[in-house]
Amino acid sequence: MPKLLEKKEVVIKFAGDSGDGMQLIGSQFTNNTALIGNDLGTFPDFPAEIRAPQGTLAGVSGFQIHFGSTEISTPGDYYDVLVAMNVAALVKNLPQLKKAGTIIVNLSGFDDKNRRLANQITNPLEDGTLDSYRVYKIDITRLTRESLKETSLGRKAKDRCKNMFVLGFIYWMYNRELSSTLNFLNQKFAKKEDILDANTRVLKAGYHYGETTETFTTRYEIPPARMKAGTYRNIIGNQALALGLTAGARKAGIPLFYGSYPITPASDILHALAKYKRWGVTTFQAEDEIAAICSAIGASYGGSMGVTGSSGPGIALKGEALSLAAILELPLVVCNVQRAGPGTGMPTKTEQADLMQAIYGRHGECPLPVIAPKSPADCFHAALEAVQIALTFMTPVMLLSDGYIANGAEPWRFPKIQDLPTIKTNFAKPMENGEQFHPYTRDENLSRPWAVPGTKGLEHRIGGLEKEHITGNVSYNPENHQMMTKLRAQKVANIANFLPEQKIELGPEKGKLLVMGWGSTYGVIRSVVRELLEEGHEVSFTHLRSLNPFPRNLEQILRSYEHVLIPEINDGQLVHIIRSTFLINPKGFHKIKGQPIFKTELKDAVLSHLA
Amino acid sequence: MPTVKLTAKNFATDQDVRWCPGCGDYSILKQVQTVLPQIGVDKEKIVFISGIGCSSRFPYYLNTYGMHSIHGRAPAIASGLKLSRPELSVWIITGDGDSLSIGGNHLIHVLRRNVNVNILMFNNEIYGLTKGQYSPTSPQGVVNKTAPMGSIDRPFNPSAITLGADGTFIARAMDRDPKHLQAMLKRAHQHQGASFLEIYQNCNIFNDGAFFIFTDRKTKVQSTLFLEDGKPLVFGKDKEKGIFLDGYKPKVVNLADGYSTDDLWIHDESDLYKAQILTRFFDDPRQEGAFPRPFGVFYQEQKPTYEDILFQQIMEATSEDTSDDAFNALIAGNETWEIS
Repeated sequence: MPKLLEKKEVVIKFAGDSGDGMQLIGSQFTNNTALIGNDLGTFPDFPAEIRAPQGTLAGVSGFQIHFGSTEISTPGDYYDVLVAMNVAALVKNLPQLKKAGTIIVNLSGFDDKNRRLANQITNPLEDGTLDSYRVYKIDITRLTRESLKETSLGRKAKDRCKNMFVLGFIYWMYNRELSSTLNFLNQKFAKKEDILDANTRVLKAGYHYGETTETFTTRYEIPPARMKAGTYRNIIGNQALALGLTAGARKAGIPLFYGSYPITPASDILHALAKYKRWGVTTFQAEDEIAAICSAIGASYGGSMGVTGSSGPGIALKGEALSLAAILELPLVVCNVQRAGPGTGMPTKTEQADLMQAIYGRHGECPLPVIAPKSPADCFHAALEAVQIALTFMTPVMLLSDGYIANGAEPWRFPKIQDLPTIKTNFAKPMENGEQFHPYTRDENLSRPWAVPGTKGLEHRIGGLEKEHITGNVSYNPENHQMMTKLRAQKVANIANFLPEQKIELGPEKGKLLVMGWGSTYGVIRSVVRELLEEGHEVSFTHLRSLNPFPRNLEQILRSYEHVLIPEINDGQLVHIIRSTFLINPKGFHKIKGQPIFKTELKDAVLSHLA
Repeated sequence: MPTVKLTAKNFATDQDVRWCPGCGDYSILKQVQTVLPQIGVDKEKIVFISGIGCSSRFPYYLNTYGMHSIHGRAPAIASGLKLSRPELSVWIITGDGDSLSIGGNHLIHVLRRNVNVNILMFNNEIYGLTKGQYSPTSPQGVVNKTAPMGSIDRPFNPSAITLGADGTFIARAMDRDPKHLQAMLKRAHQHQGASFLEIYQNCNIFNDGAFFIFTDRKTKVQSTLFLEDGKPLVFGKDKEKGIFLDGYKPKVVNLADGYSTDDLWIHDESDLYKAQILTRFFDDPRQEGAFPRPFGVFYQEQKPTYEDILFQQIMEATSEDTSDDAFNALIAGNETWEIS
């Protein structure tokens, strides 16, 4: 009888050929894990190509999940368990397996053919490479085919189900119930009974394999995490972003218009919003990136919440239109799901190197507010905030997500729509007295009125040319241009009065070292600083949500520490901006590998700064 | 219907018009100001969106809602506006450079999508605002600032491209025939779908006379073919010439040679194949045997507009529960769990 061992946290990596269904079982296991109340962080890791050659290193697709009964803020640096469906998956992922870690392999993926495709001279199962690990060799393909002996499926269709065998087995290993996946299969294959039947059989076969063989002597249980009371769901970043935009427009009482062009890793936002016509969302798949933002500008001009979304290369194309939107002073949200660049870069790998593009990347004096979510669920709240800023200050807002949080998942204690604050809009009322309307008068926020076509008596012309203060007529007057430039800048700077003050999240409010991050580095920095504080070190942590304007007390906070360390997944962009804004000299920790920062490397870096 | 009777004066602004004296744009502005009170749309529902160029200064001189946007991108902005506010009357003002050079992609897509907008393309075969470079419609060999040895580019044929992009209303007019231009503006408005109206416009500073052969009283009769639906294609001082369709090959014939008007090609605005042939009447008018340049409506077809279909989808989707409870179910997703 296998013993049931309790563990605080586990990291599992599912890896196989793209097409082996690793993403699917990864997300199924994630949902199942969330449902039993574990905290979790995930990291899907797939190649850019739709189907790289089978069996090669380039074709390896992986899904990493870190789950536990403690607070989980990262997907984990090293895995406890590596599931490898073929040689390439093993070779690629072995470096990150913990010493004495567990490897579960599909024997059929370790034949001579696969060995050659993965460029290995000898078979890792036989040449001693895996001596220091606990290796379990299971002929998953054969067992899958056997369990489907009685069905009428062809060989290829049978083999496609082998991921379900793995999933079933892992469920057994972690003492789980199958119902969440059974429900999923019932829904997904409702109209394809033979596929539904096959997948169900194989799932159960994998589970029973654990039960009936003597392969494993230990099963594991990871108790639920102590999380705040409430109702939770599992959420992926891009999904949360789409929901946040939709909720924001709903709270403002206006339609949402999303103009976009497919681009990795932002396309899922378009996919999600395309299904939300019921919720006042119109999506427009434009002919190119520029048409995407221009259509959103047109929609904002007409009184909708215009939004566009893309990744680095697309945002670059939108530069001129962004500048137009800034001088038109219309509300707009521009989402950048950052990926590794420059050029085409690494489309499915994460990076946060578009910060300077967001802050500086337009011609002319063109400051724009920039905000960044810190985790998958936070994409909802950041999107909501972006909508609010855009509508209150009549300005485009840059929303900086990245591939890691866009595709990552975490449990989310979600709000009810009634509990979210109403968002006010600035619509100009009709005029019937025959007076000339002045589109560039300003309120206490320096925002101009939103005078929307169709409103009686407000006929006026706006455009990209510099305009006269108040009247909005085209003006080349020198004094006017300087004044308008300063007014636009002041309007954006004033947003700092509207944003909350920056808080120190962990550690003392002044002292030796402050570690400060922005965007998706939140989880790993928080995790490292928490551990260092437990070990008795003097270190503090704060995380920026607004990159422009900075919180009004940021300078005072930065000057309260001897040193500031900024970890970033770029070559030092926030460091550069802090330096030029405040004449403070932070240190940086820069990882530019298309991967999130790992806990161990960051901890080492912080320790070396503490020394 | 408007509650107040509108006149051309209602549509004039107090801004000084800054086109060069003698520019063809003045005439176009006048005809638009004359037509707008006649189309039965409330003034506040009319929007003009322009790109960049002399053409694109147009919105400033009309007292309607207007946006002077960026080079080539007016169709994209107008699409976003029209899709979200389908009840507005949306007009796009563009030029030959704005629409066929930098804006080429957006032009063909707004036509393909059949968004119900009216595209007025002022074609002066030159880049005027930037002072005299050749444009995508300039004839090959023309000598100017960026082609001192003569331009190498062959020109685009605007009617052929727009028809090729499956535009559902393709027409041409000229700045110097005010009555015809007014009629074409009205037709463009009436057409439910993307209307493309090319307007030959004389830039008297950088390309003076480019269209005189079509617009001057003396030469016009031989060089132009004014299309009328259901009428034979005839031209000439005394309508002595006609177009005869031999199979699919058009031929210029003299009626005196024994042709009756019944033998000739009768214009049919709904005939796509004939329209394609008509758009190819694009010869250099100074050449021997050149076909006359057609003016009027080449082609018109009634097809559902993009926003019609979008609206149907929205109606279908929103027939379901859209209450806060239902929205909360959206936020909650398929599976939730409680922590107490």
